[in-house]
Formats: sequence, structure tokens, C-alpha cells
Amino acid sequence: MMSKINFLKPNKSNLNTFLYLGSFLFFISVLDVLLNSFFSLNITGFLPGFLSFLLPLILGFIGLYFIRIELSGIKQLDLLNKHINTNNFNAILSLLIIFIILKSIPPILSWFFINASFAGDSKDVCTGTGACWTYIKVWMRRFMYGMYPNGEQWRINLSFIALALLGSVGYFATDKFKKYLTLYYVVIYPFIAFLFIFFFISGGPVFFDFSYGIIAAILSIIIGFFIPSRFRFYYFLIVPLALYILLKYFIFYEELVELGKLDGLNWVETGAWGGLSLTFIISFFCLIFCFPIGMAFALGRRSGFPLIRYISIGFIEFWRGVPLITVLFMSAVMFPMFLPADFFIDKLVRCIIAISLFEAAYVAEVIRGGLQALPRGQYEAAKSLGMGYWKMHIFVILPQALKLVIPGIANTFLALVKDTPLIFVVGLLEIVGMLNLAKTNPEWLGFAMEGYVFAAIIFWIICYAMSKYSYNLEEKYKTER
Amino acid sequence: MSDPIIQIKNVDKWFGDFQVLKDINLEVEKNKKIVVCGPSGSGKSTLIRCINRLEEHQKGSIIVDGNELTEDTKNIEQIRAEVGMVFQQFNLFPHLSILDNCTLAPIWVKKMPKKDAEELAINQLKQVQIDDQAHKYPGQLSGGQQQRCAIARALCMEPKIMLFDEPTSALDPEMIKEVLDAMVNLAKAGMTMIVVTHEMGFAKEVADEVIFMDEGMIIEKANTKEFFANPKSDRTKLFLSQIL
Repeated sequence: MMSKINFLKPNKSNLNTFLYLGSFLFFISVLDVLLNSFFSLNITGFLPGFLSFLLPLILGFIGLYFIRIELSGIKQLDLLNKHINTNNFNAILSLLIIFIILKSIPPILSWFFINASFAGDSKDVCTGTGACWTYIKVWMRRFMYGMYPNGEQWRINLSFIALALLGSVGYFATDKFKKYLTLYYVVIYPFIAFLFIFFFISGGPVFFDFSYGIIAAILSIIIGFFIPSRFRFYYFLIVPLALYILLKYFIFYEELVELGKLDGLNWVETGAWGGLSLTFIISFFCLIFCFPIGMAFALGRRSGFPLIRYISIGFIEFWRGVPLITVLFMSAVMFPMFLPADFFIDKLVRCIIAISLFEAAYVAEVIRGGLQALPRGQYEAAKSLGMGYWKMHIFVILPQALKLVIPGIANTFLALVKDTPLIFVVGLLEIVGMLNLAKTNPEWLGFAMEGYVFAAIIFWIICYAMSKYSYNLEEKYKTER
Repeated sequence: MSDPIIQIKNVDKWFGDFQVLKDINLEVEKNKKIVVCGPSGSGKSTLIRCINRLEEHQKGSIIVDGNELTEDTKNIEQIRAEVGMVFQQFNLFPHLSILDNCTLAPIWVKKMPKKDAEELAINQLKQVQIDDQAHKYPGQLSGGQQQRCAIARALCMEPKIMLFDEPTSALDPEMIKEVLDAMVNLAKAGMTMIVVTHEMGFAKEVADEVIFMDEGMIIEKANTKEFFANPKSDRTKLFLSQIL
């Protein structure tokens, strides 16, 4: 009696019999699917159709049942049983997944590589059943740089390489300079990036009025350090605007126009910018701008002053309530109508401002979540040490709150990057926009699939890198046990 | 000694409709140690939180070291810098190391040079015997160590008055002693202290006066010996019989 039960139920005592039999059956089932999918061989073809179809599943299932031996003492077998073969249901799921993977590898390989066309530079070479990577190759420059003139593209490359190098100084900074890194990344680096794009990539009077604003702001901040602190508030209320008007209408007008141009560089208007480089430019500036704005409104929404609080709530709810595509459309079409005739803000700048404000509302709510998660004791402890509102927030509250919301912020930023294709509504074409343009080109009809796969891969790489980076940040700032 | 460092006159406070403090009058002289006790919900925590204005009082006046507590933010910040506080839940800043916890306020509020602040912090941490943990984070310390660090952090501001809001209530029994020892040392050094606690042993050892509160009122205020030997009101007797 005992031996009969033992015979039907695999266990350690009859391990050898069942292990070999089970492994063999499992091997046969996988081999059948493998041959079928890779070499179109059907070794069970002599059986009736439906049996031949189901046989691998049945054999594999029996095989997995036979090798499901608890505490067999064989490390690999225990690992296998623990992870993919815990019970009958999981065994079937595991088998199905293995089969689906085996079945899907050949068609994917064939589309991507084996039957794909790589050579040549016209549509004629794309006769195979696979992908036509020639299409991507031919259009690569457009996908990367948009309508930016071919001869000038080194300017984008050079700027991006320089910015990437400048962006990586954090990794090489010695301890002595570590404390300036925040200042560098928050203020100096974006400013350098702006200069590169303003003078180098554009090479002309792009952000025209904007540049006066920047110069006025920098000058007034520098002078502001020498102003006694009790006048500083009124100073910043009046002087930047006054400086701006002074700069624009009275002094150095001609000289400043010339400042917008570097010798020997042709002006490339922003309408010609595009492709992946535009995705980067827009994402970069929107990320940089939306974060501090969002932080300010998150604090504002919790402010004790009703006016500030209601303004913050109004801002956040307004921007969260409208779709991004409408915002972009308004910024492009409606906004200029409200401006004086001689006042000009570039389309790209309007786009960046619109997306920044839009995402700032989301960032604000994410950060507010972090602020609310902090226990009241943290506020009280900071207050009891004599810290005022700003010191308390800068040194105690925000570092903790921001650490808490890294996943949420990363989420918002990923969404932002993937929202950039919407700028097509204002006529700016980043990588997806260029794809849409290319696929409607009469010479290259019918390759939409390749384009979208290409864009998907690129976006996936960008987003995966960002999410990895956010995980790293989380690890880096983890101070709990 | 005639000039009290804390003067609380006719203070009333409400949370909504509920009156937490009813006509509190209290004067604390310099270097005196006051223990406040009473059942939970009697308003004793609220009272000492009013002294550094973590809670606002609605009526009456509180004068700390010659400054009246008003709406003026600068004034409040100045008073808070002079009044140290230790909380029941420690409230250390978890993102900063123990040393940074102690130096943060001296550097940014008192504008102390970093070197001096660190020296001071190490000294204070030595007093409470956790200077060897200075570079760890609060999450890596035991409750008793955290509370001692909180005491050191408050002392780094070189306060004139120390407030303790049930400093041992959140601790395991075996850690209570190390915190009380630190407080006893501080008392012996001559600090002006107001301590809300249920540790009657501590009260007997260091307090000059004991205050018993119930339902937002000061029921009894007497010097320590008197308070424990022959309490006057029945409520106090009942409380003492339950707690001792």
C-alpha cells in the first residue's frame, strides 16, 4: 500500500526515477516548441492535429509534476520548484510563458535583424519582410536635428557634449567643492546651458526680449547683495523692472542687439529646430523651471497668509484642470494677441514657459504630499530652536519632504518628457513630430512602424535612465537604517 | 532673585470651545527647577508649549526674560532661541547626523562659526555621553540615546531656560534612567528648568517646586518636600496615591 502511494507521489525516496522521467518529459515538451518555432519542424506531426498542438503542454505539465519534489537536496531543483513550479496552476503558467517566449523570439528576430534591410539609401532596398532600417538611416539627421541645417549641426553636437561634460562635474568634484555643487546645478549650470543654446545653437536674436530680462535680473541680483536688508524687498520690487526698461529703451540698444550674435555663426530660427535635440532642450528647461516654481506653490498652498494661499490654490487648480494640448495651443495662438505689437516672445520660449507652468502645478501637489507626510514634531523642533519660516523649511522640512517625494517627482518628470511630442500643435517638431512628417513623405510611404519602434526605443532609453537615476538618488539620501 | 525669568499672568487658552488653560498664574525664578505633574489632558504640556509659543494663548500675558510674547515673529524667534525644548518624541532631524543636528541651529540662528559650533556640540554631546555617536544618524541610535542627543541639541543654543515635555514617556524602562541622569546633571549645573513628567523620583531629587495641574488649572503649587509630605487638596492626594 505504502509503496503504491509513494509511486504516484514524487518524494525524496524515489527521487531518481521521477527526476529523470520528469526532466525528460519537460525537455521533450520544450524541444518540441523550440523546433517548431525556430525550424518549423513538427516532431509530433504524426499525431492528430489538436493532440499535436496540446502535446507539449501536457508532457511539460506531467514532467513538472514529476520533478516537484520538496527538499530534494539538489540546489538547482529546489530553486526551480520554489520559483516556477510551486503548484499545478503555476506550472501551467510557467509553461505557457516559456512557450510564448520561445514562439515570439523568431518573428521578432526576423523582423528586427534577419529579414531587415540596412544597406542602401533608398526605398528600393526594402524588399524583405523585415524592418526597413534604411528609412531610419536616411532620415536620421532629421530625427536628431529636425530642420536644422546639415552644415551647422556640429553646433548642437558640440553644445550637448559640452553640457554633458559640465553636467558630470558632480562625480569628479573633490570634497572641497562638494558644498558648492547645489549652487552649481541649480543656478550656474542652467545658466551656462542657456548661454550655449542662446548664443551657440541659435546664433541669433532668438529670445530677444527675454535676454534683456535675464541681463536685468542678473545685474539686479548682483547689486542686491550690497543693498541693506531692510530695503531689499522694495529694491527687488522696483529695480529689476526699471533696469529692464532702461536697458531696452534707453541704453546700449544697438550694442545689445549685436550681443545676440556670435561672429561667424548663422542664425538658425527656432522653427527649424527639431528632432531629439529639441526633445532634450525642452525637457531640460522645463524640468529646471517647473521644480522651483512647483516648490514655491507647494509652500504657498500651506502658507498662513490667505492671499498667498488662495493664489497658490488658484494657480494649481487652474493648470491641473486644463489639458496640456490646450495650454500649448493657447500659448501659440491666443497669447500673442494679448501682447503689444512690438513685443515678441519666441514660440519655443512660450512653449517652455507653458509646459513648465503646467508641470509645476503637478510638482507642487507632489511636494505638498511630502510636506504633509512629515510629522508635526519636525516643525516644532525646528521652531523651538529659534528657526524662522525660511530657515526651518530650507534646512529641516524641504530636505526631508523632497527625499520622500523622489518617486513622485520622477513620475512627473517622466510624464513631462513623454508629453513633449505634444508641441506639434504649435508647429515645433521634436522626434515624434519628425517621424510623422517623414512617414507622410511620398518617397517613404509605409514605414510608420519602423519609425514608431525607433521612437519607442529612444524614449524607453531616456525614461529608463531617468528612473534608474531616481532610484540612485533614493539610495543616496537614505539615512534610515 | 526678586525678578522672575518667566511670568505667566492670567493666561487662558481654548482649543475651539474647550478651555485647556484656565487663569494660569505662575512665576519662575532664575535657576529654579519646576516639575509639573497631573493627569493626562490636564493642560500641562500646553502650558509649557505656550512658554515658547508653540501654542498661542488667547488671554493674559507671558513674559520670558523681560520679553512679552506677542504676534511679533522676530520677538518670538528670539525668545525661542533662548528657551530650549525637549520633546516626548525626541524630534531629531532624521536627515542629519547627530553632530549636524546639534550644530544646525547655532550656525544658522546664532550665526556661530562652524568650527566653534562643532566644538560646542561635541562638548555638549560629551556631557550626555554620546560624543562617540556623533557621526551616526538618529535612526541608528536607541531611544534613550536619541533623547539625550535632543537634550544636547537644545543645550547647544546655550538657552537660559529648558523646557521638558514628558521626556521619558516614550522610552523603554531601562532607558529612562540614562535620560533622567542627564537631566539631573543639567539641574545640578544650575539650569532653569520646567519639566512635565510622571517621574516622581526625579521630582523629589531635583525639583524646587512641584505644580499639580488638573482640568487646566493649577490645583497645587508647593515646594517639593511639602508637596509630597502633606498635599493640601484632595485631588492631589488622590493623584499621588495612584502614582506612588
